[in-house]
Amino acid sequence: MKIDLYERVWMWGVGVMLALFFGSLANASIRHGFHPPSHVETIDPKKVFQNPLFSRQGVTVDAGGAVHVSVVGMMFAWLPGEMVLPAETPVTFHMTTVDVIHGFQIVRTNGQSMVIPGYVSQFTTSFKPGDYLIACNEYCGVGHHTMASKLKVVPKGSWQQPGALTSTAGVADAAR
Amino acid sequence: MPRANRLILAHIWVAVLAFGVAAAMAVMQALSRANLEVPYRSARMYYMSVTAHGVLMALVFTTFFIMALGYAVAQRENGEIRWLRFGWIMYGIAVTGTVMAAWAILTFRASVLYTFYPPLQAHPAFYIGLTLVVVASWGWCASIIASWRESRRRRGESPVSLAMHGTTANAMLWLLATIGVASEMLFQLIPWSLGWVKTVDPLLARTLFWFFGHPLVYFWLLPAYVIWYALVPREAGGKLFSEPLARVTFSLFLILSTPVGFHHQYQDPGIPAAWKLFHTFNTMAISFPSLVTAFTVVASLEVAGRLRGGKGLFGWIRALPWGNPVVSSVLFAGLLFMVGGFGGAINAAYVLNSVVHNTAWIPAHFHLTVGSAAALTFMGACYYLVPRIAGRELELGLLAKVQPFLWFLGMVLFSFTGHIAGLMGLPRRVFATDYAGAPQAEMWHTLTSVSALGGIVLFASAGCFVVVMIATLLTGKRTAVVPIEWAEPLSPPAGGFRKGIWDRLELWFVVAVVLVILAYAVPVYDLMHLTRYGSPGFKPF
Repeated sequence: MKIDLYERVWMWGVGVMLALFFGSLANASIRHGFHPPSHVETIDPKKVFQNPLFSRQGVTVDAGGAVHVSVVGMMFAWLPGEMVLPAETPVTFHMTTVDVIHGFQIVRTNGQSMVIPGYVSQFTTSFKPGDYLIACNEYCGVGHHTMASKLKVVPKGSWQQPGALTSTAGVADAAR
Repeated sequence: MPRANRLILAHIWVAVLAFGVAAAMAVMQALSRANLEVPYRSARMYYMSVTAHGVLMALVFTTFFIMALGYAVAQRENGEIRWLRFGWIMYGIAVTGTVMAAWAILTFRASVLYTFYPPLQAHPAFYIGLTLVVVASWGWCASIIASWRESRRRRGESPVSLAMHGTTANAMLWLLATIGVASEMLFQLIPWSLGWVKTVDPLLARTLFWFFGHPLVYFWLLPAYVIWYALVPREAGGKLFSEPLARVTFSLFLILSTPVGFHHQYQDPGIPAAWKLFHTFNTMAISFPSLVTAFTVVASLEVAGRLRGGKGLFGWIRALPWGNPVVSSVLFAGLLFMVGGFGGAINAAYVLNSVVHNTAWIPAHFHLTVGSAAALTFMGACYYLVPRIAGRELELGLLAKVQPFLWFLGMVLFSFTGHIAGLMGLPRRVFATDYAGAPQAEMWHTLTSVSALGGIVLFASAGCFVVVMIATLLTGKRTAVVPIEWAEPLSPPAGGFRKGIWDRLELWFVVAVVLVILAYAVPVYDLMHLTRYGSPGFKPF
């Protein structure tokens, strides 16, 4: 097959461009550990509130001092509705849903994950101080556009460890 | 009139009517997202209309037009269509399916959007209707492949026409891709919506859907490429710059279109990162034939521009026949697709996707690809095909001339603002964008207002197209039926082209199947062996 010289130059050009695209993505993910949320863990969607990870929603600090957030999605709210986190600190979010698919999105950050019934989603990220809106970005029904919660990120020094987090069991019971 | 032309026109009718209804649904959505009070505005109405717009545009308009074009190509190739009666039966099944799905949607029984992710549960008529459309399209694929085999036999050592080659690659790609959605429908959604099984696994359903959902993009795009390569160079007054390379690109699409679905599921739990990265690699590979197409089509247009007397580095662009809607629609489609294509590379970027996933960026993106590269090309092609096939003159030619310009303007307003709003975090598919007065939502307001203006311009353009088509089909002055004429290659070898390895589509189909197995067998096996909990249906609409 005879291919024109210009075409051959173009084909090599786009081939190298695509190789660079993939190379930079592979470099970012393999060498620097950037991955989309890909946690593999299942959960019974009917027993979410009995699961120790989700029986209380909100911020906790584990024995090693790492900050965790447990979030439960439901039509049409994220539990908890508000949270406060320290800035410039890695925070691990754990999410699941009791009904349909939702999309957990912290607006204007790269913190987001699909939340699928029967599965536990997880990602780790850190924030700059400020007030953030958390939206649902996967259509979940007629109230989809009202499904939101608030995140306040404060400087590390002025953040209070939620040692005595108020129990949200009441909310959880109401939700069931 | 050749008997097959009636079948082609019957498909065109459904495509045009579906397009008209879907366009009316869209203008209401654009206004709603700008928080404007329009009559009948409600969240329930909005999500119903998003479903109707998506299903009627992306599944019904496209599929019926693509089937019409495919039959026209086969008719041109062999002088007749194989199994004409069978074609009419398939048409009947597809129309029945469309009516069932449309009934379920328009009566608020199926506001599950055109991605229909369970555990949102629609009325069974929605799933069964869409399945019937897919089954009918399989019949079309069989008819196209039979025509391709016949042409190959007849032509001996020379290859089939480029248009037949591209159309057949598309039919084979579709047969492979629809395995995903057919499995989802038959084994999961239909029995579940009928109450025969209590629960389904939503992640498995998403995986099957996107097995189908990305090659669906190429099912839309390949007919547009057939038009760009095989029709437009001649219509613009030139020749096709390189025919052999065009054949290679169609075969590459057949090979590479399907093993890429995880790039729609980057943000999903339950799928290990390494498999997502593997699909990223395949996705970058599938950009290659599109980028080659960009070169060859632009080169062919340059040939046309220079033959028409265009001089200098850019003078040939002005010399192109911008007043011919067949050509101008493709020129605008191509311009918009350049932006949309690069946006697609960003979506597919494993690392960047977290910023744009499920934001307004995504619909803004695919309105440049399916909504412009494919849909605007299809409209332009209708101005060429319908008069020839119906044996009527094009009516209201002025509206047809204006229509591509309006589409371009509307799409620039709608889509560019959507991309920016998406980068600013506006979620897609939301009825209202004010988030109870949240300060973070205020910056979206100007953008959604401009976007709504774009929606109105697009609606005007869509209106022009529908009016021109209906007027032509019903009242156009009768003329002789004129055959389609394909573009000639710029420098064919002495004695014509010979069949080569890239013409062996059956071989590339097998290669495609092997790639699909490599990309999906292990992750789907692993998914099936997790301890999974299914979901019952929910109908929050």
